[in-house]
Amino acid sequence: MPEIKVTPLGAGQDVGRSCILVSIAGKNVMLDCGMHMGYNDDRRFPDFSYITQNGRLTDFLDCVIISHFHLDHCGALPYFSEMVGYDGPIYMTHPTKAICPILLEDYRKITVDKKGETNFFTSQMIKDCMKKVVAVHLHQTVQVDEELEIKAYYAGHVLGAAMFQIKVGCESVVYTGDYNMTPDRHLGAAWIDKCRPDLLISESTYATTIRDSKRCRERDFLKKVHETVERGGKVLIPVFALGRAQELCILLETFWERMNLKAPIYFSTGLTEKANHYYKLFITWTNQKIRKTFVQRNMFEFKHIKAFDRAFADNPGPMVVFATPGMLHAGQSLQIFRKWAGNEKNMVIMPGYCVQGTVGHKILSGQRKLEMEGRQILEVKMQVEYMSFSAHADAKGIMQLIRQAEPRNVLLVHGEAKKMEFLKQKIEQEFHVSCFMPANGETTTILTNPCIPVDISLGLLKRETAIGPVPDAKKPKLMHGTLLMKDNSFRLVSPEQALKELGLAEHQLRFTCRVHIQDPRKEHETVLRVYNHLKG
Amino acid sequence: FFQYCLSGHPTLPCNVLKFKSTTIMLDCGLDMTSTLNFLPLPLVQSPRLSKLPGWILKDGSTFLDKELKECSGHVFVDSVPEFCLPETELLDLSTVDVILISNYHCMMALPYITEYTGFTGTVYATEPTVQIGRLLMEELVNSIERVPKAQSASMWKNKEVQRLLPAPLKDAVEVSMWRKCYTMPEVNAALSKIQLVGYSQKIELFGAVQVTPLSSGYALGSSNWIIQSHYEKVSYVSGSSLLTTHPQPMDQASLKNSDVLILTGLTQIPTANPDGMVGEFCSNLAMTVRNGGNVLVPCYPSGVIYDLLECLYQYIDSAGLSNVPFYFISPVANSSLEFSQIFAEWLCHNKQTKVYLPEPPFPHAELIQTNKLKHYPSIHGDFSNDFKQPCVVFTGHPSLRFGDVVHFMELWGKSSLNTVIFTEPDFSYLDALAPYQPLAMKCVYCPIDTRLNFIQVSKLLKEVQPLHVVCPEQYTQPPPTQSHRTDLMIDCQPPAMSYRRAEVLTLPYKRRYEKIEIMPDLADSLVPLEIKPGISLATVSAVLHTKDNKHVLQLPPKPPQPPASKKRKRVSDDVPECKSLKPLLSGSIPVDQFVQTLEKHGFSDVKVEDTAKGHIVLLQEAETLIQLEEDSTHIICDNDEPLRVKLRDLVLKFLQKF
Repeated sequence: MPEIKVTPLGAGQDVGRSCILVSIAGKNVMLDCGMHMGYNDDRRFPDFSYITQNGRLTDFLDCVIISHFHLDHCGALPYFSEMVGYDGPIYMTHPTKAICPILLEDYRKITVDKKGETNFFTSQMIKDCMKKVVAVHLHQTVQVDEELEIKAYYAGHVLGAAMFQIKVGCESVVYTGDYNMTPDRHLGAAWIDKCRPDLLISESTYATTIRDSKRCRERDFLKKVHETVERGGKVLIPVFALGRAQELCILLETFWERMNLKAPIYFSTGLTEKANHYYKLFITWTNQKIRKTFVQRNMFEFKHIKAFDRAFADNPGPMVVFATPGMLHAGQSLQIFRKWAGNEKNMVIMPGYCVQGTVGHKILSGQRKLEMEGRQILEVKMQVEYMSFSAHADAKGIMQLIRQAEPRNVLLVHGEAKKMEFLKQKIEQEFHVSCFMPANGETTTILTNPCIPVDISLGLLKRETAIGPVPDAKKPKLMHGTLLMKDNSFRLVSPEQALKELGLAEHQLRFTCRVHIQDPRKEHETVLRVYNHLKG
Repeated sequence: FFQYCLSGHPTLPCNVLKFKSTTIMLDCGLDMTSTLNFLPLPLVQSPRLSKLPGWILKDGSTFLDKELKECSGHVFVDSVPEFCLPETELLDLSTVDVILISNYHCMMALPYITEYTGFTGTVYATEPTVQIGRLLMEELVNSIERVPKAQSASMWKNKEVQRLLPAPLKDAVEVSMWRKCYTMPEVNAALSKIQLVGYSQKIELFGAVQVTPLSSGYALGSSNWIIQSHYEKVSYVSGSSLLTTHPQPMDQASLKNSDVLILTGLTQIPTANPDGMVGEFCSNLAMTVRNGGNVLVPCYPSGVIYDLLECLYQYIDSAGLSNVPFYFISPVANSSLEFSQIFAEWLCHNKQTKVYLPEPPFPHAELIQTNKLKHYPSIHGDFSNDFKQPCVVFTGHPSLRFGDVVHFMELWGKSSLNTVIFTEPDFSYLDALAPYQPLAMKCVYCPIDTRLNFIQVSKLLKEVQPLHVVCPEQYTQPPPTQSHRTDLMIDCQPPAMSYRRAEVLTLPYKRRYEKIEIMPDLADSLVPLEIKPGISLATVSAVLHTKDNKHVLQLPPKPPQPPASKKRKRVSDDVPECKSLKPLLSGSIPVDQFVQTLEKHGFSDVKVEDTAKGHIVLLQEAETLIQLEEDSTHIICDNDEPLRVKLRDLVLKFLQKF
């Protein structure tokens, strides 16, 4: 029986370093190649020795697919391709291809220049790695080789995020990457057609959450920011440079405009300008409303939001600062956090998920005394707020996607084991399909049942569909033909044609019986009766 | 397989293909050359145009002098300009299932088709095609609607009257079918029927046909189309280019192995080299401006203008033109410039790389930022305040019959310092200029048409090797004005099939196979037998399911269990109609082995006689006679069913069933 095998090298019952190996009909595909933000040692990258112990990556893998530009989905790519060694094709969408190298370079700088690590990938390696990237359009069918094809679907989540269908013959797998089933202020909702894959590999970050309406969350967010600013406090919003940041900027910009507020809003330096520029140039990837109005008013040109300077952090008076990175694990957001944490007037709003081990995760789990570098203890007096703005599908959204795609099996990754367990049961109950949740390094095997495509001669097909007094499409018909198998071609033809093609003559088999009939009637009447009987 | 040809214009095609059970319209181009027969629509009252004398017949009758005006020996219709639509009578257009659009120039007739024919299908086009197509339509509607004309001439269209008119009016075809411009609500309704597609996206039509757009290299989002089933492939090539301008390069490889290749939209100026023309354009522009004159460039609001602006961007500083203002005037100028910057994925490699930096792909962003290029929705408003001469003006429409260009022709026509440079190849420049004669202004003709020329076509055809080529008749003979140039026609083997307007072609191929899927459990039950080395066969008896044009073979259901009770159960619908199967037989029966087998099964008195064609086997006790021949067996026996069945089974042992 043909089978599909799935082995997560990362993101198996975990969030971080997404990397999933899929073997389908003799093809091996790697989905995402991310890093883990909670680790600084070997565990930050997926364990590629799983593959390399048996040979070279390039020989094993037919292609690599990157779903979007977040580092937990592409952060290990230069290490994988340039240091471990992979020369095959890497597929991603255009915006991902544009933004991915910038985030990688940023990541490299923090790791090498600030933390002083050696044996990390170099700028040149990022460039060489990106040369192996092939950009794909949405819905384009990319023929990786004669048998393997892939197709990207819109995933929302961040600019350029995509879900991918991987297909060989009539077997197929859909990998969602990270996705969002509700449109937000700058992106549209994920969409897929009823493609009925053998397996759907879905993220499950918010497996147990059903979020209240977006409007409520937005109102809540604005109220909290407004109140803090009104009483003269400072608001820190740790974000990643691309994605949520733009959505929240649009939100605050329109609010400031409407309320005529004067407190300054800053965006931490670095990517801001550039990031907004990417949104302007890839506006076709944003939501309908922004696309429609961009000629008159480009939503990514902000009036109230200005570039942040490190010195501003000590300015008196209220302000709002968006600072990177989003989990308070390094960089500018952490610096500002240390400065402001001691004042109870201030507030930090975490708008997204935080990985275990990060400062963000610690304060969200209620820790108020943090041990910083050099054994220093930082006491957190500022208010800590969590607001789920990260654009992942919630439980409802995941179920909705399953309903859309109608998979035969579901496999969950990119989530916490406990929550997955809950969702797994829900999926199995509601859709009556098997649901899997392998841990890293654990292989799940799914049996498939592909049908066999055959060429049928048009003559035979027409004859068979035309038989019967009234052709009734709903009523099944028994048909009879001969399947000719030659080399790798299968053809179904009428028996007559099969004989002819094989150069064989038909063998006639006839019977003649003597039948005695006792009938008092006249001879020709008897004949007529027999004839009528046979005819009937 | 039929092709209905609704347009005679080779670069503005409109064909309908009947392919398997689907009806597919390929493009719906609008022939606007008809407008050349009309007087220009001036934005500002033009004394010159309003004083043109009415046209008087040779016999002195003046009944047409309100409708027809004479200018420098040419006669023009004084009415709202009208367009020549694709043929609407050749087939019932409400039966069209889908319309495939190849580029934004080839969709201008869309509102006439989708809004007036009962069309209920879907239109497929790429996103840039739709966005820029919308801009072209908006500009067209706007430039005609803002100059309301009281008069709508129709008398001249009368067949008896038209006969009396001078050329070219006399020879204009199908004038009764000419229509006024559509309106914006109609445009919006038409565009709402479009479904966006991306290159290499496979779109299933009713499960029977798959269509796929491919990059054609001619314009932003321009595409060729593959229309295929599992066994037949038609390539539709329309408006393609191999030159490196701004769009993504043409995808040639995917056109291979076509049964039929429909070829339209070749260059309209096969003798002009686009690169040379751009050079001439720049030098003429510079010369005029240096001499203190103005330059007028009649153009469409999208397309070649992006390339011209890019050339000028590189050229103006070296030519000392940095202080000359460039104006781009169109109701959609701003939109066109903005839209051009957001289609990174549809651009050539160089421009894509710029977006990755991130920088705008087209340098006109910088021209606008540095105030060298200014754009206005029309000559009214801001423009009249900013207007400085000498200057360069890009504006439409290239036919010179409507749009802001009419104003500049009237304004600058009288001075020989000024130059009008024609770059768009769709209209004869002499015809376009006719209603402005006499004209002092210099006229330069630099047509830039990047579409395939005949050398490129023959290379392409050699490369992709279609079995048959179908093209407009114009491509199968040299241009009428250059009848000696046999190199300016399509040369291929077998010769191309040509079509003309209102013709129906039968495409030369025949389907022989269809795809069917065998379910795995059925496949497992099959018993293949090797008949010849490398060839195996298996007889298949299965249930055929057909849904959405997809065929599936399933294992026949097991015969129903005999009902326990005597009540007859209703025959369920799932049980197929079982007609008794009579398999075909093949092979011959070796007489010696057959006799042995008979004896083994209890026939002790077997006698064999030789005949001319084979043998006769006699079973005396059973009073049975079996004639064995090479390809037939005849059993003559008494009315004894068990005996008959026994003999049948013994005979079948030696034969192969089909």
